[in-house]
Amino acid sequence: MLKPKVPLEKQKVMPVNGDEAVAYAVKQCLVDVVAAYPITPQTIIVERFSEFVANGEVKTQYVPVESEHSAMSACIGAAAAGARAFTSTSAQGLALMWENLYIASGLRLPIVMAVVNRALSAPINIHCDHSDAYGMRDSGWIQLFVENSQEAYDTTIQAFKIAEHPEVQLPVAVNLDGFFLSHTLENVYMLPDEEVRNFLGGYRKPVKTYIDYLNREVEYKLDPANPLSIGPLDLYDYYFEHKMPQVEAMRKASDVVREVNEEWRELTGRSYGDGVIDSYAVEDADVVAIVLGSSAGTMKYVASVMRQKGFKVGVVRLRMFRPFPFNEVRDLLKGVKAVGVMDRGLSFGSFGPLYLEVSTALYYSKERPLLVNYVYGLGGRDLSPAMAEEVFMDLTKVAELGEVKEYLKFIGVRS
Amino acid sequence: MKEEPRGWRELPIGAVTYKLSLEYKTGGWRTLKPVIDLSKCTRCMLCWLFCPDMAIVWNGRDVVVNYDYCKGCGICAHECPVKAINMVSEYS
Repeated sequence: MLKPKVPLEKQKVMPVNGDEAVAYAVKQCLVDVVAAYPITPQTIIVERFSEFVANGEVKTQYVPVESEHSAMSACIGAAAAGARAFTSTSAQGLALMWENLYIASGLRLPIVMAVVNRALSAPINIHCDHSDAYGMRDSGWIQLFVENSQEAYDTTIQAFKIAEHPEVQLPVAVNLDGFFLSHTLENVYMLPDEEVRNFLGGYRKPVKTYIDYLNREVEYKLDPANPLSIGPLDLYDYYFEHKMPQVEAMRKASDVVREVNEEWRELTGRSYGDGVIDSYAVEDADVVAIVLGSSAGTMKYVASVMRQKGFKVGVVRLRMFRPFPFNEVRDLLKGVKAVGVMDRGLSFGSFGPLYLEVSTALYYSKERPLLVNYVYGLGGRDLSPAMAEEVFMDLTKVAELGEVKEYLKFIGVRS
Repeated sequence: MKEEPRGWRELPIGAVTYKLSLEYKTGGWRTLKPVIDLSKCTRCMLCWLFCPDMAIVWNGRDVVVNYDYCKGCGICAHECPVKAINMVSEYS
């Protein structure tokens, strides 16, 4: 492998938790505006970043808003004015932002948001599950999930590059598991500031767009010298046409996520699968578990132990949930006998959202593996190695039996 | 001549408007239209001041309504101190 442009000895190791890793990443990204409201387990991101602002370590305009609805609104306004904007939230905060999420993506504003995953109330719970992220899956945001704090740091920086890519111009949510990552100390390699700045190409540069009444291309931003109306009324005569570029941008985003992952590998020596899918021992596997976020670590560990005992098991960690990599998932699971989709959250009255996507991907495959949905870890319940083994053993039985008796199973819940 | 509606690949990013709002004639929204009785009108220009759509125009001699943009809200008629403006049905 080629030596990275910034070798490890030139990177600084910092003992930080996941939230701090994100805060340090944002500190290096020349962010113009941060508007955020503290909520557990995201609080440390906001705390650390406001310290950087107070200490004069960054020139960022920090807007201490009174709610998450305003946090997203302020980011939308800032991004519409051409700024690089960042916010961060969890669970109820994300739910309160909901209507503005669609405005950010509809206006094609490349905002980056760290979503520190937490269960939605009721009952009130501050711990990790993915019900908050699943709730925003249709909002037009790119959704990336990280496995550890190092990846949280790396992905936060990458997210700005992905969001601001001329072919993408969409907001990006970087998901990290509440407490499992946000509050757990880890040694994280960080780049020198100037390397991050060069990677991002300096401050944000808005894309250009042609405006008839100005007779020229202007930067897409609120600028008195080139007045634009952003967000006007748009009825049945044009709304549909205005949504199509979002479809197109999402289609192109997969390649950009891959490119940025590769660029990051050349720069730092670190990469996460191909940027979209990070798989473990899938090539010759009979049974495979698909998972999002930090649980992938446990699944991979248990898979490695079971491999030694002769079970042909593998793990697929999806790093990108939106846009969903349908073709890649279908190709990757060719020849697998049984697939278990692990959802940390579910759509009540249906299945887990990840399962629905995977089953859609597999529908177009001629050799469809058997498919089971395992819902686990709601409200922060740990996925223990024993539970992970239970999933693999169950899948092995399904593969031997050649049919699925129960499509939706719950792991680690008392009956 | 009316312009063909544009396809989605020809639109600027982010649903930003590419034409001025002057080209969007909103007079079609009207059900009642203001008619000014110039024999009563004192040219005080209160209607011009209050019109939220800048649809009242001073032509150098008289006060006239620009029906391309007047939405028929009736504020001018309400504010007129000499009752020189009547709201008349578009359909009568």
